[in-house]
Amino acid sequence: MNQKYLIPLITVFVLFLAAYVGVEGAKLEWFFGIVVPYVSLIAFLVFFVLKVLGWAKSAVPFKIPTTCGQQKSLPWIKQNKIDNPDTTGGVVIRMLLEIFLFRSLFRNTKAAFARNDKNRLSYSWEIFLWVGALAFHYAFLTVLLRHMRFFMTPVPSCIKWLEWADGIVQLGLPGLFLSGVVLLAAALFLLARRLFDQKVNYISLASDYFPLFLIIAIAGTGIAMRYFTKVDIVGIKSFTMGLITLHPVPPEGVGGLFYAHVFLVSVLFAYFPASKLMHMGGIFLSPTRNMANDTRAQRHINPWNYDVDTHTYEHYEDHFRDKMIEAGLPVDKKE
Amino acid sequence: MSKNMIISGLVIFVIAVLSPFWAQAVFGDKHVVPKPELVGKAATAKKCVLDKYDMRANHMSLLDEWRDSVVRDADRRYDAVNGHSFGMSLSTGEDSCLGCHEDKAKFCDSCHVYTSVNPYCWECHTNPKEIE
Ligand code: HEC
Ligand code: HEC
Ligand code: HEC
Ligand code: HEM
Repeated sequence: MNQKYLIPLITVFVLFLAAYVGVEGAKLEWFFGIVVPYVSLIAFLVFFVLKVLGWAKSAVPFKIPTTCGQQKSLPWIKQNKIDNPDTTGGVVIRMLLEIFLFRSLFRNTKAAFARNDKNRLSYSWEIFLWVGALAFHYAFLTVLLRHMRFFMTPVPSCIKWLEWADGIVQLGLPGLFLSGVVLLAAALFLLARRLFDQKVNYISLASDYFPLFLIIAIAGTGIAMRYFTKVDIVGIKSFTMGLITLHPVPPEGVGGLFYAHVFLVSVLFAYFPASKLMHMGGIFLSPTRNMANDTRAQRHINPWNYDVDTHTYEHYEDHFRDKMIEAGLPVDKKE
Repeated sequence: MSKNMIISGLVIFVIAVLSPFWAQAVFGDKHVVPKPELVGKAATAKKCVLDKYDMRANHMSLLDEWRDSVVRDADRRYDAVNGHSFGMSLSTGEDSCLGCHEDKAKFCDSCHVYTSVNPYCWECHTNPKEIE
């Protein structure tokens, strides 16, 4: 047992119980249903913006693009325009591929000793982290967008298409949504990786486990509500629409599980700006990815440069000309 | 990246996160919670198959159960806990869903449109009112 995952696990349990008991026992619907979501949304936006502004203020002293291909060179050497771009266009393509396809994660390798008597260290391609991450992020996005049906009246048709595509397997009633299942499965896979891969386990901290447990709990409560315990969706939508139109009224008889779901979501969003989840904003600002490799064509000015008092050779000679001539040293200007 | 680009990115992000708020204010309809109307026999009948709250939250599972029972076990009667017996059918017979809730549009659809639910059942099943 290891407190690095035990503490976050217990924390998520306690958060779940707090909302569940707070609503079922203490009747604090207004607190968990109205105060917490608004505070969480405001905290999310304010601290997110502050964090990014803080990043924007920090200096970029060097150009440090990662270069995963041939740079622009002599005309007869073929440049890799996307992996080693020297133009803004190339950088934009590289960033889009990074953001939508996690391209640098795709190149992930692992080091391992061969399991035979030679015991040789070798590096091999490790694609499963990329697969898991891609599945996780797209499932999360789909679930989030599908939730917009609770926040808009009428529901826009693009959300309805998404629901149609996501429900295409038509299993059971209410129909199974693939993204919910994929989200839970991928999050569990990413957790298993941290627990059972010794090398990853060694570098995993409580702040790596906490968001995972939170998201697993959110997906778990959501799936429980939809497929097993059932909730009054019309009641819930009247409540979420109340939040959106700023006239919130807690729904009647919806039960602790719904409030636990919303509370965990609120905690996730409030915690977001303080956590590693800020890679959502950070990916846009990663200097190794968003800069063109054109250092030989364009000078990058280090903002930290101050005006250094330089002492050029001409100055030096002006200073010491007499002495230099006296000592018989060669000088550029005789006078 | 230049400061201006970062700040425009942030502005877009904040607008996107708040999109439900302004989209509802600008493009949304006035928000009214639908009241499914009990029309026809449902207006006089006192009881649905399950409790009211159970029906609201759980009628899809009930329909799933009915469907399996009819199609797999050829069992078309359902003895509900409230003592009544129902014909397990979406639309055939007086004691089916639409046999009692006679107006699908004002009952089923009022909720479904509101919550963006689009049951594919009606690709095969029919609403008796529409055939006449
Ligand atoms: C009180 C509002 C309400 C009424 C009235 C209502 N429904 Fe529903 N129905 C819902 C909601 C909400 C869902 C979606 C539940 C979810 O997404 O978890 C749903 C889902 C369904 C589904 C499953 C759809 C799917 O693809 O998952 C079927 C089938 C269904 N309803 C049939 C009916 C029929 C038939 C009637 C009329 C006799 C009816 N409903 C009346 C609210 C209602
Ligand atoms: C014999 C008539 C009858 C039949 C058959 C029947 N219902 Fe009902 N239903 C009612 C009545 C009456 C109510 C109102 C119950 C109440 O107010 O307690 C109701 C309520 C409901 C509600 C809740 C509406 C609300 O305003 O919250 C739903 C959903 C529903 N029925 C769906 C169905 C579905 C789906 C079927 C088929 C499986 C069905 N009903 C079969 C009579 C019937
Ligand atoms: C591909 C066509 C098809 C679709 C789509 C379909 N059904 Fe059916 N359903 C049938 C057939 C065929 C029967 C058998 C009819 C019979 O034996 O009376 C049946 C029977 C049923 C029955 C029992 C008999 C009756 O009269 O209703 C129920 C309840 C039912 N289906 C519910 C549903 C629900 C709920 C949905 C939507 C989620 C649905 N079905 C979608 C074809 C379909
Ligand atoms: C305040 C915001 C939220 C509210 C009010 C909310 C509400 C709900 C409700 C009512 C359900 C049941 C849906 C049904 O029965 O059809 C549900 C399901 C679910 N929720 Fe949320 N939710 C919120 C945010 C989130 C977030 C941020 C996530 C994480 C991605 C999430 C993940 C899920 C999942 C995985 C399900 C299972 C069903 C599905 O796939 O749609 N929810 N949520």
